[in-house]
Amino acid sequence: MAIDTRVILICSGKGGVGKTTLTANLGISLARQGFTTAVLDADFGLRNLDLLLGLENRIVYTAQEVLEEECRLDQALVKHKQESNLSLLPAGNPRMLDWLKPDDMKRIVDMLKEQFNYVLIDCPAGVEDGFKNAMAATQEAIVVTNPEVSAVRDADRVIGLLNTNSIKPVQLVLNRVRPKMMANQEMLSIDDVTDILALPLLGLVLEDEQVIVSTNRGEPLTLNSVNSPAAKCYLNIAKRLQGEDIPLIDPAEEISGFGAKFRRLMQTKIF
Amino acid sequence: MAMTLRDIINKLLRRQPASASTARERLQLVLAHDRSDLSTELLDQMRKEILEVVAKYVEIDVDEGAVSLETEDRMTALVANLPIKRTMTGQIKLKEPKNQSEVNSPGTEDTDQKS
Repeated sequence: MAIDTRVILICSGKGGVGKTTLTANLGISLARQGFTTAVLDADFGLRNLDLLLGLENRIVYTAQEVLEEECRLDQALVKHKQESNLSLLPAGNPRMLDWLKPDDMKRIVDMLKEQFNYVLIDCPAGVEDGFKNAMAATQEAIVVTNPEVSAVRDADRVIGLLNTNSIKPVQLVLNRVRPKMMANQEMLSIDDVTDILALPLLGLVLEDEQVIVSTNRGEPLTLNSVNSPAAKCYLNIAKRLQGEDIPLIDPAEEISGFGAKFRRLMQTKIF
Repeated sequence: MAMTLRDIINKLLRRQPASASTARERLQLVLAHDRSDLSTELLDQMRKEILEVVAKYVEIDVDEGAVSLETEDRMTALVANLPIKRTMTGQIKLKEPKNQSEVNSPGTEDTDQKS
């Protein structure tokens, strides 16, 4: 039975902006909504998706053995215990990078498309071969960035490459938003980033210490801590991906206490 | 450029502007170059050659001439701002052709060329 699969590349250019965390949480959220979802770790050099999902001890085979036809796809897929709609296809050995070609990524994704509603590809940082291989296998993309000059600049490079390769739609997730700093105008605003990158905003994710706690445990926030600020943001992103009309949060509303009103006043645009 | 109440207070108190506006400006500049794929040397060379070509036809102020890249909405434009020197009579002096060194059209101080 052929199913209509959405293949989404999650990329950023710069490392450490939150690609893998977004992939893990989006995977859990979509699986929760009832969609069979595969997350593919395309970061063969520095894999981490297994760790964030708490699946590192259950890996037997990887994408490498699947490509070399040493095992079947379902033998390599690691099913999540709590969320059975979610499966991880782990990244192989870093030596794979020596021979991996865009066509190999296409082959793997084509196999996944036969059984899943969603295929999320966790892209490696950089704009070199790892990125190009991953891009070859995708239809649409989510670009993750932070409100910082280096992350935005790198995102811009990646968006340029996605555009030349006719990947669409390309949507933006603005991660690690600090409402207080934004209100004090010591951080690029949501508008600044969306104006500069000229992409539709799929969602923003508030800076949240719980993200670190969740990675310590190998349990994505959307799994067990659904009330944490970042978890709510991830869940909203998953819903918007489905076409649900969920309004964006206003960072200014997230600041509580005495200073909030004053900060909002200072942000008033005069001309 | 939008100004906020905070920006105005900072200006009045001669404080450094909040860093977000600096970040925005620096990004816009660096992205214009990234997107054009032109190195500083190439841009410099192009600037020189554009000035040379324009100088064949009108007398321009070479020191004031600026050629830069500006970006808006993922579109990058090459913007040349070349002040044209006036003659004593307030008209633009054309160098070429030699036998028609002066034109009677009212002079503009500068030209904006977008490509």
